[in-house]
Amino acid sequence: MTELVDEQLLKDLAILAQLPFEPEQVSSTLSAINEVLELVARLEDAETASVLPLAHPLERQQILREDAVTENIDRNQLSQNAPSFEDGLYFVPKVIE
Amino acid sequence: MTHPFSTLIQLQTQLRERSISATELTQFYLDRIAQLNPMLNCYITVDNERALDQARAADQQLAQGSAAPLTGIPISQKDIFCIEDQITTAGSKMLANFRPPYTATSASQLEQAGAITLGKTNMDEFAMGSSNETSYYGPAKNPWDLLRIPGGSSGGSAAAVAAGLCAASTGTDTGGSIRQPAAMCGLTGLKPTYGRISRWGMIAFASSLDQAGPMTHTAEDAALMLEHMAGYDPKDATSLDEPVPEYSQNLNQPMAGLKIGVCRQFFSEGLEGAVEQSIREALKTFEHLGATLIDIDLPHTPLSVSAYYVIAPAECSANLSRFDGIRFGHRCDDPTDLQDLYQRSRGEGFGNEVKKRILVGTFALSAGYYDAFYRKAQQVRRLIKNDFVEAFDHVDLIVGPTAPSPAFQLGEKLDNPVDMYLQDIFTISANLAGLPAMSIPAGQVRGLPVGLQLIGNYLQEGTLLRAGHQFQQATDWHQLAPEIE
Repeated sequence: MTELVDEQLLKDLAILAQLPFEPEQVSSTLSAINEVLELVARLEDAETASVLPLAHPLERQQILREDAVTENIDRNQLSQNAPSFEDGLYFVPKVIE
Repeated sequence: MTHPFSTLIQLQTQLRERSISATELTQFYLDRIAQLNPMLNCYITVDNERALDQARAADQQLAQGSAAPLTGIPISQKDIFCIEDQITTAGSKMLANFRPPYTATSASQLEQAGAITLGKTNMDEFAMGSSNETSYYGPAKNPWDLLRIPGGSSGGSAAAVAAGLCAASTGTDTGGSIRQPAAMCGLTGLKPTYGRISRWGMIAFASSLDQAGPMTHTAEDAALMLEHMAGYDPKDATSLDEPVPEYSQNLNQPMAGLKIGVCRQFFSEGLEGAVEQSIREALKTFEHLGATLIDIDLPHTPLSVSAYYVIAPAECSANLSRFDGIRFGHRCDDPTDLQDLYQRSRGEGFGNEVKKRILVGTFALSAGYYDAFYRKAQQVRRLIKNDFVEAFDHVDLIVGPTAPSPAFQLGEKLDNPVDMYLQDIFTISANLAGLPAMSIPAGQVRGLPVGLQLIGNYLQEGTLLRAGHQFQQATDWHQLAPEIE
């Protein structure tokens, strides 16, 4: 079977997925991904021309809540999980020169 | 003396009769964890202090006669359920230091019902795996044979219950992650109907498939746990607003008249002969109990693994985009710019299986491939569901093996991921259709447990539990315990 994902497509996918492109792992990653896609290719056997896609297994509407504050989580508690947080701000590398 | 393999019902009685205190019981399990966890690696975090605080409060309630159904019973939680201020890793380096600011609804409901939380159990990273070997914290071991896997992704929970390191545990099941480890470790594991138990505070893998459930020694224990895990939660938009029956009350209703579908596709190539023999024996037991066996077909079920490996990675690629190294989770050292921060934090924080699935999901959702992969998989998902809907016009339950073989050796399938994925060949269809399904111990092969899977119609967890309980009244597979000290 032709391999669906090649090195160039893997580079594009890594950018879309915000994952690093690791040249030394290209060959193992490509073979792992293409192996999964080979398994997936069996779907072609199914006749689905007039079949509607199924997104929710019970086909129910998602229930929405009132857009109202029901509880508060302490900001300091939240910030304790942040790798870099000062004066109420999350720190990231400079975005605009 | 407390027996490490006591059921919830037995412990409930002992606590009420005051033949043991919650503090003694909790200390008993904490001592066993200290002794055996270095060997089994089934816990990632154990919180002695918190558990003993809860136990002392439970003893007060028991003394005052104000105990709730699970008061004083020590359980564990899969490390995918957020518990406020307690490290919750989802088996990943990404969340090695994550302390959630809130508790998952289902975990909170169990604590409100009196359960004591001993700690958090090991799991495949972000629940992606069938052997517990993708955990950043190393694999949990199967108490029946330490050289074998306990199943996955809820492998730590299964190993902990089977080894008597807690009285019961919780798991999550996206493609079989409660049922397959329950089968491998000789336990009862129930994945309820999609939406039955709130997903709020449960770290997401594939949101249209994920469902929490109990992992216990018996169906009777699973019924008790489910009563306190299930229920509508406005915080989860897919939570079902349906009443929760008292499952424990209907377990003794006889099986006579129950029609059990035996699905031909579940006895297919790849199923080990000795496992099939155990399942065929178990079917005879159901017949003796008064059930009628009917052969049925679920013709699209063989496509379930293929559909799953599009849908689950697609949903995981979206869900795991939240791990960006900014608000919480792992961040790389000295990022040069924002892009570098995102990419290296995710590259370092996620393991290979997780990265592979994110890439597969990104591919399946990307322009030019969406129709051929994602849309096609969702169409096949409907065909799989329709097969079940049609079958349940004629039968009350569908049975078959939970997994094609008993527990395999650690490392055995690491170089053959597709073989690993096929571990879930009999369990995945229930997730795609959103149906409740349960694994119960139904035999042994080479001294290793074999699981039988029961699949029920929507919201019919009660029928599953009843059939499981009746089977366990007629057999003793669920009473066998591994020799581990």
